Amino acid sequence: MGKTVILAHGSGSKLSHDLVEKNLLQPLHNDLLAKLDDSAVFDVRGKLAFTTDSYVVSPIFFPGGDIGRLAVCGTVNDLSMSGAVPLYLSLALIIEEGLPLEDLDKIVNSIKVTTEEAGIQVITGDTKVVNKGSVDKIFINTAGIGLISDGVDISGSNAKAGDKIILSGSIGDHGIAVLSLREGFDFKVPVQSDCAPLNGLVADMLEASKNIHVLRDPTRGGLATTLNEIASQSDVGISIFEDKVPVHDGVRGACELLGFDPLYIANEGKTVAFVAADDAEKVLAAMKNNNYGKEAAIIGEVTESRKGKVVLKTRLGASRMIDMLTGELLPRIC
Amino acid sequence: MKFIDEYRDAGLGKKLAEHISHISKHPARLMEFCGGHTVSIMRNGLRQLLPPHIEMLSGPGCPVCVTANSDIDRMIALAQLPDVIITTFGDMIKVPGSYSNLSQARAEGADIRIVYSSQDAIKIAGENKGKSVIFIGIGFETTAPTIAATLLQAKQKNVKNFYVHCLLKLCPPVIKAVLDLGEVKLNGIIGPGHVSTITGTAPYEFIPRDYRIGFVISGFESLDILQTVSMLIEQIEKDEPAVDIAYSRGVRPEGNPMALQLMDKVFDKESADWRGIGIVPASGLKLAPEFADFDAMSAFEVKVEPVKETKGCICGEIIRGIATPHQCPLFRKVCTPENPIGPCMVSSEGSCSAYYMYGDDNG
Repeated sequence: MGKTVILAHGSGSKLSHDLVEKNLLQPLHNDLLAKLDDSAVFDVRGKLAFTTDSYVVSPIFFPGGDIGRLAVCGTVNDLSMSGAVPLYLSLALIIEEGLPLEDLDKIVNSIKVTTEEAGIQVITGDTKVVNKGSVDKIFINTAGIGLISDGVDISGSNAKAGDKIILSGSIGDHGIAVLSLREGFDFKVPVQSDCAPLNGLVADMLEASKNIHVLRDPTRGGLATTLNEIASQSDVGISIFEDKVPVHDGVRGACELLGFDPLYIANEGKTVAFVAADDAEKVLAAMKNNNYGKEAAIIGEVTESRKGKVVLKTRLGASRMIDMLTGELLPRIC
Repeated sequence: MKFIDEYRDAGLGKKLAEHISHISKHPARLMEFCGGHTVSIMRNGLRQLLPPHIEMLSGPGCPVCVTANSDIDRMIALAQLPDVIITTFGDMIKVPGSYSNLSQARAEGADIRIVYSSQDAIKIAGENKGKSVIFIGIGFETTAPTIAATLLQAKQKNVKNFYVHCLLKLCPPVIKAVLDLGEVKLNGIIGPGHVSTITGTAPYEFIPRDYRIGFVISGFESLDILQTVSMLIEQIEKDEPAVDIAYSRGVRPEGNPMALQLMDKVFDKESADWRGIGIVPASGLKLAPEFADFDAMSAFEVKVEPVKETKGCICGEIIRGIATPHQCPLFRKVCTPENPIGPCMVSSEGSCSAYYMYGDDNG
């Protein structure tokens, strides 16, 4: 076999069979996937969550992650934010001819490692190879199915006045890590993407309290956009404190230089939780005990007044409105 | 973070604000010249910390905002020429001209690339020998020296396919122009920080001397600005207007002589067209005859339709400090960062964008 993916790898021929067998099925092996029928068939009873997302990040490898890890984490996290326990993923690859096989192997291995970490399985998939220029290196789609336990009711429309808002850690790391590799940025930023599967963290949180009303991962558009979405979905006001929101120095430095606001920079391994005030400390403690919640902090609260708006209290005690992200800060970050 | 957190200290900031309230007895109207200052004032909510009789107005210190429609139309026309690559700072991309913007031109097939410095543009010229690479030179004294250095480099290396569409502008003449318009009665000016690292204090001496208005050069953090306001209020209360520096970690009285020499060598002064203000004598920079080969103005002939100003947009008044974005009938309703009608909503340093992004609790 040559060293790059060629069009024939997607033609349904022996070559494509070999690619799927050696480069995908072997590393991602599990009993459901190994059956190789037209559909994966499995038995699940209960309330299900189902989600899909496509991943087009450029560059495909970035500090702290790659498109493979991102494709698993993004979908696992979308399920987790609905309070679901992620079970199975589908994996569809659209590959540009000429992609080095070594890169494909690195991406698939990253998918393997991340699914193992998250405790889920890829049980069905598809591979297409397209002409040079039809996609950029590789695009990935994953869909996921998860199971929601009885009594769990988490939604962006459930925030209630008095809820405390807990953020699981520092913001802006993913966006700045990807940005730092883009053409034209010839400075090094000591920032790693936070890309991580959050189902373990969410399980710990749900175990600590039955009164988690909202979970959301602040991806594209950042924390500011996520909070605005929830304020409007739940028709409540949101008040956050500038000095409580954790931001790493590398992200702050890059934002200072480039004129960005960390509140609008994407994250791929963070969750923001709206929790009944009485349970907030319990949930916070559970989060801090998890590897992906060590820097968790209560950053604000839900208010009765200023419905649909997000207000930030500045360090100096003044307050200002925080709007959604407008325009495109940076294309293709996930 | 070192060298940043010290200048955002909440305790010191509150003390400074209290000090200002304590010493300020008379109404005072201050103009922050720089867009960067407007952003910092809005972002930190500084106006809420000052007594209501201290009024803060935004000035013309946003290079994108003051670029005239005719100049933007010309940029777009240049972008539509065959075998031309336009390189520009990102802020220009969405600025509306009379009929279109660079983003639209790019969608229609023009090769327009965002760069972070003129050095990136000359690199692109090296990689695209068969094409003409035009750099859109927008900025004030802060940006001019780096573009001058790039032009010197282009000349030394005999680069044949690199051009600058030079729209650089100078700050002291436009401050004079705004004061001469007499539309707004100012008691003090928060002077530009980064521009003054280049110019030093000398070009502003006429402001206290001829207009009896104080001028204090400020940094961009919350404490910098509060310190500057405090110094201006002291001058106002004592009726002793003067040029002073609150940004001593960045600005020396003599400025940056090497940068000034570089600008002198590469550019000549000429009159420039400022949005909202009009033609201001000796307020723009053009390429000196020695560098004429790199001048996109003379190298490319383009046809530009007659200029059309946007109806209802009051960017001009906002730039002159006689209106705030809230007074614009289009603000937030028709004109948003998604659908900007005027440049003040596009540039990250534009007043309308700052008011939109960081509007205080009441707005």
